[in-house]
Order: sequence, then structure tokens, then C-alpha cells
Amino acid sequence: MSYYQEYSKFKEFDFGSFFAQITDDDIRGVLAKDRLEREDFLVLLSPKASNYLEEMAQKAHKLTVQNFGRIIFLYAPLYLANYCVNQCAYCGFNVKNGFKRDKLTLNQVEEEAKAIMDKGIKDLVVLTGESRKHSPVSYIKDSINIIKEYISSIAIEVYPMKTEEYKELVETGVDGLTIYQETYNEDIYDEVHIKGPKKNYRFRLDAPERGCQAGMRRVNIGPLLGLDDWRKETFFAGLHANYLQNKYLDTAISLSLPRLRPHLGSFQPNSIVDDSALVQIILAYRLFLPHIGISLSTRESRELRDNLLPLGITKMSAESSTAVGGYARDKGAKQFDISDDRTVVEMKDLLLNKGYQPIFKNWQQI
Amino acid sequence: MIKVKDKLMIGGEVLESRLFTGTGKFSNKEVITETIEAAKSQVVTMALRRVDFDSKEENVINYIPDDSILLPNTSGARTAEEAVRIARIAKAAGCGNWIKIEVISDNKYLMPDNQETIKATEVLAQEGFVVLPYVTPDLMVAKRLEEVGAAAVMPLGAPIGSNRGLKTKELIRILIDEIDLPIVVDAGIGKPSQAAEAMEMGADAVLVNTAIATAKDPVTMGRAFDWAVRAGREAYLAGTGVVKNYASASSPLTGFLKGE
Amino acid sequence: MELVVNGEKEQLKEEVNLIDFLNSKGLELDRLVIEYNKQVIPQEEWKNTTLKDQDTLEVLRFVGGG
Repeated sequence: MSYYQEYSKFKEFDFGSFFAQITDDDIRGVLAKDRLEREDFLVLLSPKASNYLEEMAQKAHKLTVQNFGRIIFLYAPLYLANYCVNQCAYCGFNVKNGFKRDKLTLNQVEEEAKAIMDKGIKDLVVLTGESRKHSPVSYIKDSINIIKEYISSIAIEVYPMKTEEYKELVETGVDGLTIYQETYNEDIYDEVHIKGPKKNYRFRLDAPERGCQAGMRRVNIGPLLGLDDWRKETFFAGLHANYLQNKYLDTAISLSLPRLRPHLGSFQPNSIVDDSALVQIILAYRLFLPHIGISLSTRESRELRDNLLPLGITKMSAESSTAVGGYARDKGAKQFDISDDRTVVEMKDLLLNKGYQPIFKNWQQI
Repeated sequence: MIKVKDKLMIGGEVLESRLFTGTGKFSNKEVITETIEAAKSQVVTMALRRVDFDSKEENVINYIPDDSILLPNTSGARTAEEAVRIARIAKAAGCGNWIKIEVISDNKYLMPDNQETIKATEVLAQEGFVVLPYVTPDLMVAKRLEEVGAAAVMPLGAPIGSNRGLKTKELIRILIDEIDLPIVVDAGIGKPSQAAEAMEMGADAVLVNTAIATAKDPVTMGRAFDWAVRAGREAYLAGTGVVKNYASASSPLTGFLKGE
Repeated sequence: MELVVNGEKEQLKEEVNLIDFLNSKGLELDRLVIEYNKQVIPQEEWKNTTLKDQDTLEVLRFVGGG
């Protein structure tokens, strides 16, 4: 059993006809329900539902405060290495992009971890490109062993691994797995992943589930918005999160909203995901999955992040660097441009002003 | 895409009635037969006891229509082991292979022992019984029961005999939403309206004993429950209308999209 | 000889056939459930069952229950 079975049932679904026959009553009916089915989720993603964003937002806000409280978790990313063998059309670390590749030595890992800790961050996501040569599991493991002396909660966002490898990292001290499907559309997936192991759609699709099986306490997924029609992608991502949450009750599932941003390359999004679309996505996720975490990174501008805050967001990054290291030392090539470069202190103040308590630490491994 | 269960199937049997009835607490046995007929129930529970040599009591099965599905319970069992033994005796006595597991060590409230019930379910399901375990409405317990092979889950609405209605409504709702097995609300239903309430919520069936047996006119009450269960089920299938939540006015959250 | 019947000790002068024993108690044999030495015995076997010293017998029936 895999999410692929469920996805397959809907991949030929006629979204267009479904959206065309939705009435205002349908939308109001969904908004009045406590528990949404898949069909209801799709209604909220329809073009017609974009007329109801304010009503959706009021309900989503209420639900988020009820289920999560007036708190926002803060985290930061740490890129350990940007060696990558994949040729992905949309990514700044694409193997064809010529820039000096970089990798932190273990001493540098320690410096970065210290610097991050000094900023007050206690929740870190550790990233590498896909290179079994330069950033093998052992390197990641060694880095985790150092980082865990400074940071209480560590997630990984790396190339998809086998269950045993995830288990090894869980035993080392990793409690979270982030892995984005990029796109659920098999054809587009094949197109944009021109070359490299990342071309394997199924292996990537099943990675979040392997993470759950390996004992990850939290698993974070999402599509890279812009690669395919965002309504479809969001639908499949929501179903994926629902599938994982129902099957692995003891793993906390969350969704992220990476939107294609300018980078060192020239990929153009297939689907325009404007701010209104992003709002509709967040609201639909929240109403369909009231207990799921929703994470927002610094790809988005500060004004937008501030406005998105009350709509269902539960986690935000702060003072991020998407270059290798970048906290203790100068930044090099970035995977994507940061739009919100506020420091941790500034983020804290913003949150407090908006009536939210910033939470840095959720777990302590014992 | 919407799944609608309009046929109740348990243990391979398509059931004609979503009202299960019990045979305890009746003033006399003849009434049992009339009541079952009026209630149109198909699944009927009974218990197993030692014969009292000093009193001439008849076997209750004589009063249960032949086309009923017999659901003996393991009342009296305080442990999984005792429940398993009673189940095996009931089966060997020719009662069919359905069994309601009731493991109770609490004489004050008659609350079931969920842990022992799970153990007994696992053993008996492997022996081919159609197991209907009676438990407090706990999601994790229900998931375990699903895993070990239960044919349904019977969460209590309120303590046995209390007639207090669906005190555990929210917990039952969670089971209806999250568990794929049929949910049969058992214990605590005191009025036909409460049975209807359970069915409107999406319960698959209800089991009623005390409310019918101890009514002034059990036969009429049995009929009332039949109608209530059918009404509740139809309402559920029809889909209840939009309930408007009158939210108080608050500041707009999406105004920024229009540049406000 | 001594038997345990429904949890109580009983003294009998000699071994006896199960059906005779049940009749002596004035019981209706129909729909009785007999557990003899921890094994349920179907009605067809009753005539072949002789109660001996140290046997345990459970004589059960179905009663009303919820």
C-alpha cells in the first residue's frame, strides 16, 4: 500500500468539469461543515471559491487558534553542502549550473551550529543536495552528531533515502523529515527532472511514508508551487498529508508552501501562483486538515508573510541562509533568493506585536 | 466520491435491521418474543449462566424467533480468559459464531475493561468468531480492535442500564469518523430519540436492552425504537442541512489582497 | 464419589449416566449446555457420558441478557 494507489484514483480526474458545476451553495455548504471530505477540499480549491476567501479565512483563523493556540514555531535552515548530481530545471543547485560547489567540514558544521544557537534558534532543518559521494548518509550523520550538541530539534531535508537510512538518522538524533514531491504530475515530474536519481518519481513519493515508518516524529511535505496547476497540486498534497496522518497517527504531518522564486537559471513556472492563490491554498489546507502544521519560509516577502500569519500558518523560518553555512561565515551561492531577511529578533518582535508567542523549542530529546 | 453505507454487513451477513435488542430484565419471557417482533430486530443478545437446580427456568432461546441472529455475550467474565471460555461454550452449544465480548470487573458502574476485551477479541477472531467487542469509546482501543480482527466496535453511550443517552457523543463521533468497522452504539440509550440521535450521527446500528425491557409496555417501546432507528438512518443518508454559524464580526483577514 | 457441579461439591453413591443425572435434577434437557471436564459436550454425546469421581460438570443455559 502506498499513497500512489490513492493518487492514481484521481490522476485522470476531470478537475475542469468538477469546478465548472460548483455553485455558491456548494461552497457555503462546505464552509458550514465541521469535517470535510476530499470532495469538499476540492470545492474550496475551485475558482469560484476565490470569491469566498474572507469567509474561509475567518474560519481558518479560528480553527488554527483553537488547535494550535496563539503561537508560531520558529526555525532556520542550514545547508551543509550543495553538491548535486541531479539536473532539475527549476533549481539553483542544478548540476549544470556552474558555480563553486561547497561543503562544510565538520569543524565548520560546529561553527555554524554555534552561531545558529547564539541567535536563539533551537529547531533546525539540515539540507544537502543529492550527492552520495560528497554528502553521503555518513556525512549527514556525523554532522547531526555535532549539531545536536547545540540544537534541540533537527529535521533533514535531503535526497530520498531508504527506510534503514532514515532509521539510522533517527537513532542519531533526527526527529523530522522534510521532503517535497515538487510535482505530483508524473509527466511534468519527468520533464523537469532532466537527469539524475531524482528522476525516480515513486521513490520520492514514498519517501515521506518511509520516514514515518522509520520513526520520524514529524514529516513535512508539499509541492513546489508553479510546476503544475496549483489547484491540482494542492489537492494531491492535501490528500497525501491526509493519507500519512491517518496511517501514522503518531507522526506529526505538516505541509509547506514553497513557491517558485527567481534563481540562478531560467526556469519559468507553468502555473501562475499569485498571492490570492497562495491564500486560497493555505485556507483550503487548514479547513481540510485542521490539525496539520503549515509552514512558511523566507522565500516570501516580509509584507506577505505578515499578512499570511493569521490564516493558518503555524511555523516560520527566521534569519535564513540558503547558501552553504552562511551563519558563521560569508554567504556563497544561494539555492533561492531570500525575500524576508529579518533577523530572529525582528521576527520575535513582529510576532509579539501581532499577538503571537514565538516558540523556539518544542522538543528535547532525552 | 462520497461513501454512503446503506447496507449493514457484519460477519458476512447483510442485516435487515439496525436495531439490536437484548433479552435481559424483562418481566416475563413471553413478552420477549412479542417485543422482538414489534421491534423487528434481527440481532438478539443473551447471556450464559449456570442452571439453578432449585428454580425451573426456561432457556431464553426458546423465545427468540428462529430467523434471529443470536449474539451471546460474555457477561460474567472478568478477564479475557473467562470471556474466551464463555465464547467457546456458547459456540459449542450451537449458537452460531457471533459473540459480544463484555468483560467487566466493575460492579458499580459496569464499565468494560478495554484491555482484556482487546485480548479476548484477538484470540476469538483467530478462532473464526464474529467478534463484537463492547468498550468505552476510545480511538486507540478501537484501532487495536480493528487490527486484531473485530467485526465491529460497540462503544457505550452511557453506563449500562443508566438510560442517560449519548453522554459519550463526541467520542463516538470520532470513532464513526476514523474507524472503518461498523459502529454499534451499545448501552445507555434510554429513549427512541437518543437512538435516532446516534443514527443521525452516522452510527451503523444501536443495541437497546434496558429501555425496552423495563418500559411499561415493552412491545410498544420496541416498535418506537424500530421507527426511531430507521428515521435516524434516513436522516443521515439524506444529509442534514447547512447549520449557519453566526460568527461575530471581526477584522478582515484577506483585505490585503485587494491592496487595502 | 465426589463431583463438582456448577462450582459446588456433590456426593454420589456411584457412577451415573449424564442424562440420568440431569433428569434426577428435574431439568428440561432441551437447550441445556453441558461442559464436562472443561469440554462442551454436544447433546448427541450425553448418552455416552458417565460421571465419575473427581469430574467437573457445568450445567448452563441461556438467559436473558443485554
